Amino acid sequence: MDLDGISSKVKERFPESILDASTFRGEITLYLRAEDILPICRFLHDDPELSFDYLTDLCGVDNHPHEPRFQVVYHLCAMKTKRRLRLKVSLPHGVPRIASVVSVWKAANWLEREAFDMFGISFLEHPDLRRILLTPDWEGHPLRKDYPLQG
Amino acid sequence: MAKTETMIINMGPQHPSTHGVLRIILELDGEVVVNATPDIGFLHRGLEKLAESKTYHQCIPLTDRLDYVAGMSNNLAYVLAVEKLLGMEAPPRAQAIRVLLCELQRIASHLLWLGTHAHDIGAMTPFFYALRDRDEILFMFERVCGSRLTPSFFRVGGLAQDLPDGFEPKCREFVGAFPARVDEYETLLTQNKIWMGRTQGVGAISAQEAINWGLSGPILRASNVNWDLRKVMPYCGYDSYEFIAPTGKNGDVYDRYLVRLMEMRQSNEIVRQVLDKMPGGAVTVDDPRVVFPPKPRVEESIEALIHHFHIASEGFPVPRGEVYASIESPKGELGFYLISDGTNKPWRFRVRPPSFINLSALPTMIRGKLIADVVAIIGSIDIVLAEVDR
Repeated sequence: MDLDGISSKVKERFPESILDASTFRGEITLYLRAEDILPICRFLHDDPELSFDYLTDLCGVDNHPHEPRFQVVYHLCAMKTKRRLRLKVSLPHGVPRIASVVSVWKAANWLEREAFDMFGISFLEHPDLRRILLTPDWEGHPLRKDYPLQG
Repeated sequence: MAKTETMIINMGPQHPSTHGVLRIILELDGEVVVNATPDIGFLHRGLEKLAESKTYHQCIPLTDRLDYVAGMSNNLAYVLAVEKLLGMEAPPRAQAIRVLLCELQRIASHLLWLGTHAHDIGAMTPFFYALRDRDEILFMFERVCGSRLTPSFFRVGGLAQDLPDGFEPKCREFVGAFPARVDEYETLLTQNKIWMGRTQGVGAISAQEAINWGLSGPILRASNVNWDLRKVMPYCGYDSYEFIAPTGKNGDVYDRYLVRLMEMRQSNEIVRQVLDKMPGGAVTVDDPRVVFPPKPRVEESIEALIHHFHIASEGFPVPRGEVYASIESPKGELGFYLISDGTNKPWRFRVRPPSFINLSALPTMIRGKLIADVVAIIGSIDIVLAEVDR
C-alpha cells in the first residue's frame, strides 16, 4: 500500500485529521492534527490491513523561531508488510502537550520521557513522566533551539 | 504474625556487571525482585545537540562514540542517512567493504558481549578466549583506519580510503580459523550445566511483548521473531549474500546466547563471501561537492588543497528534507533521523538507539526473578551505555 492507500484508509476513519501528506526519498509522512494522535495510532496499530505493530522511534523537534514551534515525530513499522510510516504532529508554543501513546506501544514509554526531558513536551496520561537522561533538578530542555550551547 | 516489608537496594552506577554506568533501584522481597527502576543518563554528552552545530562531515566522529564497541556500524547508519538525503549511492566496492567491516565489527561486538556476559555469570575462561579473538579484528581495523575502536572510516559517498595491502590474507586467515574458535566457546558453555541452569527460562519475553516494547536485534530474534533489517529491508547489497538470520524459541537468556553465537558464524560466512566477490573500482562516488580530493593531490596542488579545506571547514549543503535510515547493528536497529534545512549542518540529528529501547524493557524481564538473575538479564540485553545516554 502506498501513500494514497494509507492516507485514504486513515481518511475514511478520521476525515478531518490528515492535514497534509508527502513522500520524500520514498518515505511516507502524514501530518496529523495533534488532538487525534491517540485514536489514529490505535487504529494504525489495530487495523488488520495496516497493522503498524512496531514503534521504531518517537522524538521531538524544535522549529524555533518558526511557528508552530514543536513537532512530535513517530516512526512506525508494520512487520507483516515491511512498511514504514512517519507521523508528524505540530504543537503550538507555550506549554506543548499531546496524548501519550504508551497504551498502544510500550516502546513509547522511555521515548516520550526523553522528548519530555529534551524538549519539555508533556505527554498526557503517560504512566511515569519524569526526566530520563538529566537529573530531576535540571533547568531547561537542552534540545530546544534557544538553549545555550555554552554555559 | 510476622510482618514482612520490601527492601530497596541500589545497584550501580559503579558496578562491574552493569557494563558501564547503569544504576538500577531494586525493590526486593527477600531475594525476589518486586520492582526495578533503571536510572540512566550518567554518560549523557548531549550528542544530538552537539551535532546540530557541526557540519554533516564533522558528525561522523561523533557517531563513533555512540556504541563504542561497534564504531563501524554507527558510521554506516549515519552515512547512509546523509547519502539518502543527498540521493546518492556509494559505489559497489565501497558497499562491499562496508559490509565486510560491519560484519567483522558484529563479530567483535558479540565477542566482547560473550566474554563479559559469561564472566558476569561466573565463567571466567570465555572472557580470555573471546578477547583474544576480538583483538585480531581490532588489529585488522587498526591496519585499515589507524584506530581500534573509533574508526570514522566511512565517508558520505564511500570510504576514507581503500583497504591496505596485506589486509585480505590477514582477513582470510581469521575467517578460516574463526569457526573452530566458536566451537571452542561452545564447548565451554552450550552444554555446561551451570550455564544452562543460570540462563534457561530466565528473563523470557514473548514475541508479542518484544514487538510491543520495540525490541530489536538478537534479543528480538531470540523471542522467535524473524526480523533482521539485513533481510527484510536490505541495504549495501546484503541481498546478494547468502546467510540466515538465526532465531530462538523461548526468548530467554539462553536463547539470546545461542542466537548471538549463530550470528557470529553467519557473519563470518558473509565476510568470506565478500572477500570472494570483492568488486573492483573506486571507493568513493565521483562527486567533488562532498568527496575529499585524494591526499597525494592535496600535497602538490593548491586547488586540491583549497578543495580539501573547503569540505573540512565549510562542509557541503544538503537538500531540504527529512530521512530515516537504519541498519541492523550488533545491538539491533540503529537508525538516524535527519532533518535538513538546506544548509551544511543538520537541523535535527536524531539517533534511534537500539540499546536505549531494549533497556526500557528490563523491568518487565526482571520482575519476579531472583537478584542473581538481574546480572544475567542485563548482560543478555547487550547494552552499551554510551549509546543509551548519547
